[in-house]
Amino acid sequence: MIQSVIVMAVVTYLIRMLPIVLFQKKITNLYLQSSLEYIPCVVLSCMTFPAIFTCTRSLAASVVGALAAMIFAWKEKSLIEVAAIAVLGVLFIEILI
Amino acid sequence: MNHNIDYKDGVKNGMPIGIGYFGVSMAFGMMVKNALLPIEMAVFISATNLTSAGQFAGLNLIVMNASMMEIAFTTFIINLRYALMSLSLSQRVDEKMSRFKRMILAFGITDEIYAVSLTKEMPLTLSYFLGLLTPAYIGWVLGSFMGALLGSLLPEAISDAMNIALYGMFVAIILPQAKKDRHKALAIVLSVALSCIFAFVPSLHIGSGWMIIIITIVVSAFMALAFPIRKDEI
Repeated sequence: MIQSVIVMAVVTYLIRMLPIVLFQKKITNLYLQSSLEYIPCVVLSCMTFPAIFTCTRSLAASVVGALAAMIFAWKEKSLIEVAAIAVLGVLFIEILI
Repeated sequence: MNHNIDYKDGVKNGMPIGIGYFGVSMAFGMMVKNALLPIEMAVFISATNLTSAGQFAGLNLIVMNASMMEIAFTTFIINLRYALMSLSLSQRVDEKMSRFKRMILAFGITDEIYAVSLTKEMPLTLSYFLGLLTPAYIGWVLGSFMGALLGSLLPEAISDAMNIALYGMFVAIILPQAKKDRHKALAIVLSVALSCIFAFVPSLHIGSGWMIIIITIVVSAFMALAFPIRKDEI
């Protein structure tokens, strides 16, 4: 069991470590550089949607929490404010139901 | 130098990650307890892996007595997205950052820490990154310990609602970018559309690890070809 955990940890660490250590130089190719500019928002949005709507036990509560988060995010509130309103939105609906 | 300021700034911005992680890792600790494994195992897994989906899947495989190869391969697929984040961070740190510092920084690359580090002006420093990591790591390890120790002491409604907190943070990072830049907005719409297709078409259920990698590569390559960003425009 310990060996399995160590294998998991080593695999995970190597994935995290190799790219940042191997790519010391700035990438100058326009297309590669542009892809890297797009990666942050692409990776975050495909992880968030549609998962955010099904991440709690109630669909209605998740939808309300997600909408509340989106409104706050659009108003450029801080990360913690957006996270908090999402949680409160979920709790509010779950208590209501 | 302003290492100290950077570190403190990181700790401040890492607090919400720490709180969110505490809730999520409590659920992990409870899972370990339900699998009748010792508390130390929950802490050991969380302290060495620091990854949510990867750990949950790994624990399942361990409980099912899966082979070492299977565990290694599953971990690889689920966590391969970190390689894309690591590559992206390689362009955000100072070109002169030493190999040793990069090796330390790499340990802390998680979805949330990566996401928050994007909001900091470049170049990204190790001090700031370790600042983000500190509350996140404490929250993650402590939550696993408490979860395994206390079982289901946290009311279920609260731990359930906590699941949305980290997604909320992602939304807080994505939407302001979409507002400022219509090309990024298009990239986001494309990613969400593809992600929904993967989620709702049963024959495309290939696991979230593969999904994230495929969508990220396809959409960012397409956007780079269609709408390259010139350095002077950034």
